[in-house]
Amino acid sequence: MSGFTPASSMPVFVHRSRRGAELVLLILALAVGIGAYAAVGLGVQEKIPVDIAGYGTWLVALLVAAHIGVRLLAPYADPVLLPLVAMLNGFGLAVIHRLDLAAGASESDAFARQQLIWMTIGVVLFLVTLFVVPDHRMLQRFTYTAGLGAVVMLILPMLPLIGKEINGARIWINLGPVSFQPGEVAKVLLVICFAGYLAVHRDALALAGRRFVGIDLPRGRDLGPLLMMWVISLAILVLQRDLGSSLLFYGLFVVTLYVATERKGWIFVGGVLFAGGVFAAISLFSHVRVRVLTWLNPFDYYPDPLNGTSSGQLVEGLFGMAWGGMIGRGFGSGEPWRVPYANSDFIIPAIGEELGLTALLALLLCYGLIVERGLRTAIVARDDFGKLLSVGLATSVALQTFVVVGGVTGLIPLTGLTTPFLSYGGSSLVANWVIVALLLRVSDQSRRPLPTAPSDEDLAAEETQIVKLDKGAMTK
Amino acid sequence: MSELTLFLIRVAYLAILWIFVLAALSVIRSDMFGARVTNASAGQPAAAPGRGKSPAARAPRRGVPTHVAVTTGSNAGVTVPLSQAPIVIGRGSDAAIILDDDYASTRHARIAVSGDQWFVEDLGSTNGTYIGSVRINQPTAISLGTQVRIGKTILELRK
Repeated sequence: MSGFTPASSMPVFVHRSRRGAELVLLILALAVGIGAYAAVGLGVQEKIPVDIAGYGTWLVALLVAAHIGVRLLAPYADPVLLPLVAMLNGFGLAVIHRLDLAAGASESDAFARQQLIWMTIGVVLFLVTLFVVPDHRMLQRFTYTAGLGAVVMLILPMLPLIGKEINGARIWINLGPVSFQPGEVAKVLLVICFAGYLAVHRDALALAGRRFVGIDLPRGRDLGPLLMMWVISLAILVLQRDLGSSLLFYGLFVVTLYVATERKGWIFVGGVLFAGGVFAAISLFSHVRVRVLTWLNPFDYYPDPLNGTSSGQLVEGLFGMAWGGMIGRGFGSGEPWRVPYANSDFIIPAIGEELGLTALLALLLCYGLIVERGLRTAIVARDDFGKLLSVGLATSVALQTFVVVGGVTGLIPLTGLTTPFLSYGGSSLVANWVIVALLLRVSDQSRRPLPTAPSDEDLAAEETQIVKLDKGAMTK
Repeated sequence: MSELTLFLIRVAYLAILWIFVLAALSVIRSDMFGARVTNASAGQPAAAPGRGKSPAARAPRRGVPTHVAVTTGSNAGVTVPLSQAPIVIGRGSDAAIILDDDYASTRHARIAVSGDQWFVEDLGSTNGTYIGSVRINQPTAISLGTQVRIGKTILELRK
């Protein structure tokens, strides 16, 4: 592999494989994860937890497996993504364990244990994704299949028998003993679908069409299929009362469209439609109105609930973060269990209370770095589909983090979404591991040194292929 | 456990957290600045070895083009110095200007020099090379700013 020399006579940026750097960072990430576990034990129970050896071995085994998988399957992939994700996941496990201890959960029904099982599934799926997708471009073939799959996934929870309603949102399905949120899978499928569709139709969308008050409107037949899919997904989500996911899907759509067409008008149109949608939702749906009111005046509804929805969760979270201050109370010295759902949606206030702003900033920086690596992958990617795919995947992480962190800190109205990799929530964790696998796949393809100049026979073979493609392009 | 021990544990833990973040940043930094930039012109494209004189030895005079630039299309902004002439343009990985253009062929056209005059030559492409609206069928002289269209891409010579 390393014998390749770039064939172009342009200056070529040759990335190194950097697997050694990844290993060093992974060891540090393990220190963060296992260190957090030890610190929780010391703070809460005043002793190093007895099962730390078993827990640590399991975590090490998972990450070593992931690292070896990357070495074998994607040797040129980005070196920072996997350690960042491993660190967030390990850190989240420790915080969930801390909340388990506070809740007095027994060993068998502890959330941390289940989360570790989900993480194992996530890592296995991460490796499976790297293995079955040797080249991300093959995903482009499944553009419409992925779109259909996303819609089916979103409809599943609405079906009787397998659909399940938890906390007012009908977004779960029952799979025997476990329940799963198919919406998380739909998110990945939808990104593939958007990227695949826009990679082919971006020129038509950007160039053909009429100009209307300074905005280039594309032709209906170019935008139609995409718009239809998006409206269906959004309608389903609104019916399921899943505000966070609707926001995520909407944002994904606007960002990918903007990146694909390079038209700033889309941001404007997207913003106007969003404002209209929010206004309509506030006046039509009482549960949205309650969310906005509790966001604007959280303390007014703190002791007395509004329409049964109190802002207690948000306010307790804010109290927790204020109490934590700069460096926090320390593991075991805070009271993060006061916030309902502290281990999923409200894990950020729990961390803020016990480790303070210092830790929160480190975590937010890690999310920023994940997004940055995703966008950088998009920049160096050599094909349109790869670019759009990595933009979409990075955007999904960015939006999800923004929506949940903005929600719990009172920047935007609270909508239910899990913090990627950190929160308790199996479906989200597994889906995010797959997202990372796809990002690593694109980055491996784009950082790999170019192959040597093909021989004449290769060229001849390539030429026949090109002719076919050209004809296809002309008949379009 | 004493208050002080807990405080030290907390501070130590926060330090580990930030060491991780800074280590990740330094890897990103070394990834950005530590990568090699190779100029593979030493191993000229095997397809067109040593054809045409290299004008690199002469100092560029006023009004003499020094590089070819892609002005429109998905590769807009790419420039290649003419000292590497002859320059092969196409979708193939051995082209000097690799176009990401569905309407370009693997080895689509070539820019070469004869004396002081630059020529563009179509290499038997499927969709043709155009100067203005005329499809060229033989080596055609081009000068500064002449727009050469390949598929959806437009290239021109620049000073």
